Formats: sequence, C-alpha cells, structure tokens
Amino acid sequence: MSAPPGLDDAPLLSARGVTVTYGRRTGCRDVSFDLWPGEVLGIVGESGSGKTSLLGALSARLHPAAGSVRYRDRTGRVADVYRLTEPERRALVRTEWGVVRQNPRDGLRLNVSAGANIGEPLMAIGARHYGAIRAQAADWLERVEIAADRIDDPPAAFSGGMQQRLQIARNLVTGPRLVFMDEPTGSLDVSVQARLLDLLRRLVADLGLAAVIVTHDLAVARLLAHRLMVMQGGEVVETGLTDQVLDDPQHPYTQLLVASILQV
Amino acid sequence: MLAGYNFAYLDEHTKRMIRRSILKAVAIPGYQVPFASREMPLPYGWGTGGIQLTAGIIGRSDVLKVIDQGADDTTNAVSIRRFFARTAGVATTERTAQATIIQTRHRIPETPLKAGQIVVFQVPIPEPLRWLEPRESETRVMHALGDYGGLHVKFYEDIVRHGRIVTTYDYPVLVNDRYVMRPSPIPKFDNPKLDMNPALLLFGAGREKRIYAVPPHTRVKSLDFEDHPFTVERWDRPCALCGAPDSFLDEIITDDRGTRMFVCSDTEYCRGRSAAKAGE
Repeated sequence: MSAPPGLDDAPLLSARGVTVTYGRRTGCRDVSFDLWPGEVLGIVGESGSGKTSLLGALSARLHPAAGSVRYRDRTGRVADVYRLTEPERRALVRTEWGVVRQNPRDGLRLNVSAGANIGEPLMAIGARHYGAIRAQAADWLERVEIAADRIDDPPAAFSGGMQQRLQIARNLVTGPRLVFMDEPTGSLDVSVQARLLDLLRRLVADLGLAAVIVTHDLAVARLLAHRLMVMQGGEVVETGLTDQVLDDPQHPYTQLLVASILQV
Repeated sequence: MLAGYNFAYLDEHTKRMIRRSILKAVAIPGYQVPFASREMPLPYGWGTGGIQLTAGIIGRSDVLKVIDQGADDTTNAVSIRRFFARTAGVATTERTAQATIIQTRHRIPETPLKAGQIVVFQVPIPEPLRWLEPRESETRVMHALGDYGGLHVKFYEDIVRHGRIVTTYDYPVLVNDRYVMRPSPIPKFDNPKLDMNPALLLFGAGREKRIYAVPPHTRVKSLDFEDHPFTVERWDRPCALCGAPDSFLDEIITDDRGTRMFVCSDTEYCRGRSAAKAGE
C-alpha cells in the first residue's frame, strides 16, 4: 500500500513497555511502538501470540501490568490513558476512538434497530435531537453500503457482512481519530471479506483515520496496513513497513508465517 | 393496638436503620441507597418497600392515607391501612389534604400536596438502567459517572416504531440535574407533579432493597428528545362522574356490550368534587 498520508510531527499513540499478564501467564510482554496520525498499523501473528491482549491494553479495555499508553487528542494534549480518571477515560474512548470487535454480535445491540445502533454512541456523548441522530444514522448506513430502508431493521436480521459493516458505522459515527480493529474480517467468507476490505481501505483513506488492526490473515495486513508488527509468544519479533516485512522477512518466525500462506 | 408487637410492627433497630437510609437518600436526591430490607407479612410486589418506609417514619400523631391505583378502597390499600391502624393505632383518612403520610402505588394524588406531607411510593424495580445493563456493578458505575446516554436508545426505538415515545408509566426522570431515577410505575401524567413538589417523596423497593428520595422543592425533569419533548396523556372528555377536566382518567367497562365510561382514577378527588357540586 502507498506511504502513510500526512505524517504529523508527533505520534498519536505511544506504547512503552506494555505488558499484560493473566495471573502467572503472560499475554504480551514489553511492547513499545509509536503510531502516527493517519497511519495503519497491522499486528500479525498466530493464535495465542498476544495480539488481542496487546490490543486490549492499547484500547483501554485491559489494564496492563506494566508500561504506559500515551495518546495525543485533537486539542494536542497528551494523556497517559491509564492515569486518566474513569470519566476522562470513557470520554476519550467515546470521542476519539472506535473499537471494532471480531464478532459483530459483541459490538452491536442486537435487539434494537440498526439506526439506534449507530445513534447510540451519539446519544452517549450528548446528542438529544432525534431527527439529527436519525439523519446521521441514515448517512452512515449509506457510507457502509447498507440500503437506507434497512435503518429500522434489527441487526439480528442482517447477514454477517452487513452486521460487521454496521459495527464499523457505529464506531465511525462519532468521528474518531483512531480505530482499533480485532480481526475485522475474521468471521466472514472470502468474497464478503474482499468487499469489507475495500470499504475499510476507502474509509480509512477518506477520513484520514489512524488504525491498529489485529489479524492473523497476512492478505488483510498487506491490503490495509502501512506498517506491520509480528508477534510470537507475547513478544514483538519483527517490525517494519508492510511490504518489507512480507517480501523480505528477517526473523525465522516471520519467514515461517509468510511461507505458510497457501498459493492458489 | 396489637399486643405482642412493637409500635408499627418493626423493631426499633430496624426503624433506625431505615431512617438512616432515608436521611442519606434525602441528602443525595435520586440516589438509590441500599438498605437491609426485612421480611414483611405480605408478599414481595405488594408494597413491602413502602410499608417498611412508612413503619420507619410513622409516629402516634400521624394521619395515614393509603392508595392503590389512585383508589382508597382496593384490597391492597385497605389492608395496608388496616395493618397500620392495628399495629400503630394511628388515625387513617381518605382525605389527601388531611393526611401526613400517604403511601401510594401507581399514582400521586390529584389534590396538590403541601409542605410537611410525606408520600411513600412502592417500587418494584428501582434501577432505571436495568434493561440496558444487567450488571449491578456496572449500573452503579454508570450512575456514578452520570453515564446516561444509552437511556435514549429506548426512546429512539419508540419513535421509530410508533412515531412517538410510548413509555407511559415509570417514565425515567433526572433528579436535581444529577441522578436518573425511576419514579415507580406512576403514569407519566404524574411526572410533572414530582418537579418542585413541596412534599417529601420517598421511594422504597423491598425486594430490591433500595430506598431513594426526592426532597421538597427539587428539580425533576422527564427525559426526552429536543424534537420530541415530554408530554402527558390527555383525554377528549372530562370525568363522567365529577366533570374534572384535568385529572387522570380510568376507563371503566360498565356492561358486557362494550359500554364504557371514563372516571377519575383518584377516587377521593372525584368524590370530593362530586360532593362539592351536590352541595352547591
């Protein structure tokens, strides 16, 4: 993919020595990196390599045992995510971030309409005008290629691909600057995946979003990410530009990972 | 008074515990204070929370009124009134203006309340966020942080399906610009009466073990959308018995051919108006 657009002079997100433990087990150990505005970082690795633990710690959902996560908000203020008070942290997550879960059922409210699902984050940050909320919901449905007449249907009546697109709309409606995605195409079949990837690529480019995408699928990483971080056993074993990592892998594990892709 | 029982049935330590919870509830309007709810000699859902509040605050000089769905003469109202007449020996009344304590289920009397009166509400489910979030630990955090945006999702769904907010009873309110509260299953018609009321409003949930309060002259605002403001029920006719144009009406079916009439749900208010008319 092309070079990251418009790099700013200060990182958006800085992780330093992030370690997640579950009792005596380690989720991920001593991970440090900087993410720049508009940049898409892919985290790849096999199941159990600590990708999701790391994403949890980065996105303020999993308190790390050690290390810090610093974020620079739209006013330029830099905050240590885990030193913020709970209300400050919730406000930050709601206004600056989006979190797209692997299973859309975890990220959606299945018993209320699609429009309400998109509108809920708006209401959570104080929107109290029904007409305006609905107009924004309709606009976002269109942007994620869901027919406008489905606005009042519950997501339970949607296909898996539509649910995932709805989840993306719900996360982007508040105009976040950074989106965390955990295997966004994980539960979809290949043709639906391709369509979703196109959509994600377009949205990320149009909105100038920064993103951290966890995936075990190197094709997804190649299409979306500017830069890659390869994880194994809870540690980062290789980082670099996507093409560089995938075309000229240095670490033996990365070489194994790249070599295991089936060629059709 | 009933021999072998303490004044107003509950022992004095329990009453103290309840009063402490009430004091805290009054100090933090709309906040749900946990209390050690006791087993009462009536089933949950029949007013165990309200009856404990009343037992906690009643004194020998109090005059008690009990209403159920606005009526003084339904089973629940009659038995709770008799319960306190027997266990506390207090005077009881059906006249809203004469009562010092009014225990109620599902209504606030039409006659305006005065300073010095206490209304005790029976509450089945105290938590306004419960349908949104099943975890008690999480709803407490949401209250602490004033995290109430999700409540409007239900209103949004109402408008999508019915063109308007169809929540008609137990309509959530924001108390003192801070805590969202369930006003118990009163019709939303009664919500405006909560706002700046000169009486003390106490809410008790026996099964859920919660007490909360709206002190006199406290702001109580019903939640709504800017373009779908809160409104109360209206009827296109006055009460068939007393002619009141402004009271909450019940629909009563008078025969098995579908004949019906609309009458005041507040029986005391209706009777008072009819008597006044007859006296003219």
